[in-house]
Amino acid sequence: MKIVVCIKQVPATNEAKIDPETKRIIREGVKAILNPFDTYALEEGIQLREKFGGEVIALSMGPPKAEQILREALALGVNRAILLSDRNFAGSDTWATSYVLAQAIKRIGQVDLVICGKQAIDGDTAQVGPGIAAHLGWEQATYVMAVEELSSSCIRVKRMHEDGYDICKISLPALITVVKDVNIPRVPTLKGWLFSLKQDIPVWKPEDIKAVKTKIGLNGSPTMVVKIEPPPPRQTRTKRIEGTARECALSLLRELRSRNII
Amino acid sequence: MKAFTELERKKYNNIWVVAEVSSGKIQSVTYELIGTAKGLAKQRNSEVWVVVLGWRAIENWDMLFAYGADVLIIVDNPVWSGFIDELEAKILKRLIIRYKPEVVICGATSRGRALIPRVAVMIHSGLTADCTGLTIDPENGDLLQTRPAFGGNIIATIRSTFYRPQMATVRPRVMKMLEPDFNRTGRIIREKVLANDIKKVKEIISIYHDTETAVNLADARIIISGGRGMQGKKGFDLLKRLAEKVGGAAVGASRAAVDAGWISYAHQVGQTGQTVQAKVYIACGISGQIQHLVGMQSSNLIIAIDQNPNTPMMQIADIAVIGDVFTIIPEIIRQITEL
Repeated sequence: MKIVVCIKQVPATNEAKIDPETKRIIREGVKAILNPFDTYALEEGIQLREKFGGEVIALSMGPPKAEQILREALALGVNRAILLSDRNFAGSDTWATSYVLAQAIKRIGQVDLVICGKQAIDGDTAQVGPGIAAHLGWEQATYVMAVEELSSSCIRVKRMHEDGYDICKISLPALITVVKDVNIPRVPTLKGWLFSLKQDIPVWKPEDIKAVKTKIGLNGSPTMVVKIEPPPPRQTRTKRIEGTARECALSLLRELRSRNII
Repeated sequence: MKAFTELERKKYNNIWVVAEVSSGKIQSVTYELIGTAKGLAKQRNSEVWVVVLGWRAIENWDMLFAYGADVLIIVDNPVWSGFIDELEAKILKRLIIRYKPEVVICGATSRGRALIPRVAVMIHSGLTADCTGLTIDPENGDLLQTRPAFGGNIIATIRSTFYRPQMATVRPRVMKMLEPDFNRTGRIIREKVLANDIKKVKEIISIYHDTETAVNLADARIIISGGRGMQGKKGFDLLKRLAEKVGGAAVGASRAAVDAGWISYAHQVGQTGQTVQAKVYIACGISGQIQHLVGMQSSNLIIAIDQNPNTPMMQIADIAVIGDVFTIIPEIIRQITEL
């Protein structure tokens, strides 16, 4: 079994703010982390390898410093890691990003399963996983909460929906995206970190994955961000309710009724 | 990638809504999107088309017309049940190529967010997820798509000027339904599932509609959410009782409560759970770590109940009730009953 886990380095969400003067996202001094959903994707890949043998490869597209999260993946237990980093990749939207990752997966070759986190916490789109599957023409299962069975030809998973869940079987090669319920991620060991520091992480450029220039970066992105701004300020005046339980309950219900909520 | 010329773009007309079908019913988000589509179609002087995929029941299609649809495309097949992403994507691609819609919008649900990105890649067009606003640029007729990013700390406006159709997903409960007009009618187009559509697609083995403990945070008008302060499963039983009393309410939870095993992950609100936009969010015993706040701070009205008046949640709340959740919530339940 050859498994690729796609991961992303993201700014810690709480620290992403807009500079009120320049209207640009403040990047200086913002902590960069491994996307939280991707920790479940990595764990799932490693667990499946432990059960079925084979190899797990961590793959990420980003600036050179995204190497940090690939080292983290190596420390957790993936066999090798690959970074896609080039000026021409910059500015890719979800269409172009999924194209680049799909091209890299083709270059890796003979991949049976790709695992992604449900979404990244910066963009929150959940579009790259299904996008990769579409570029590769593979079957997909999103919001996976449990992998029930894996064989050399197919995988059976439990998918989470708003009104329940379903069990489905997809043929390999395939792509799945996972939610937090799928496993409990391990933490890297010291031995893992020592291993990770000794590994070479190759950096692939567009020519390494035969990426067409018109399909990557800003040129390859059908969507364009035309404006970013801070959200409209919340009314910050908090109305406080205090007193006995009965008084609190009555005042709260009065508030709700005056707003036609109940 | 080749951008569309202006002449090519002009061949694309009408605003499409991809219906959200689950539990054998058309979900309310579909009617909300039709409301938005109607406004866009008016500005573009075009029609609202609704695509219904995988329909197995006999439906009162008049409802879709009443809420604003002009044309329905219905694609059905007796062997088709459940959500088969690959099949739906192939059909949608074919329909888009044949009928050339200018805009395609779809619910940002677990199904919509799996289907639409697949289609956008297959037909090579731009897609914006989880939009909170969709308007037409009066200067060139482009769809302007606004959406929150970075956990709601940033609002971005996005367009895809050079590609058609322009595609977007929208969360349930963000857009408003129109008043229905039951005198309205429209055209129905029926399309077939082709043999090739059902090749290389997943097999659905079983479907569980969890109606008893239906979580559906995305669709709930009111979310009553509990955190560490609810102290255990019994605390969440109390919240479930309150949710039943209030009506139309779902129970949410902080990560701490889920990790403690008091309630299942499907209820988790926040960074590694779901992002919600409720009309009313009632946080009970939730201190309000930033990872939780980014998942709920776009709710319209935030109410917090907590003994500690100084928590982050109590600071951002519109209404902060200071006191013990275990005496106040039973009192609220009692008072509602007495109404």
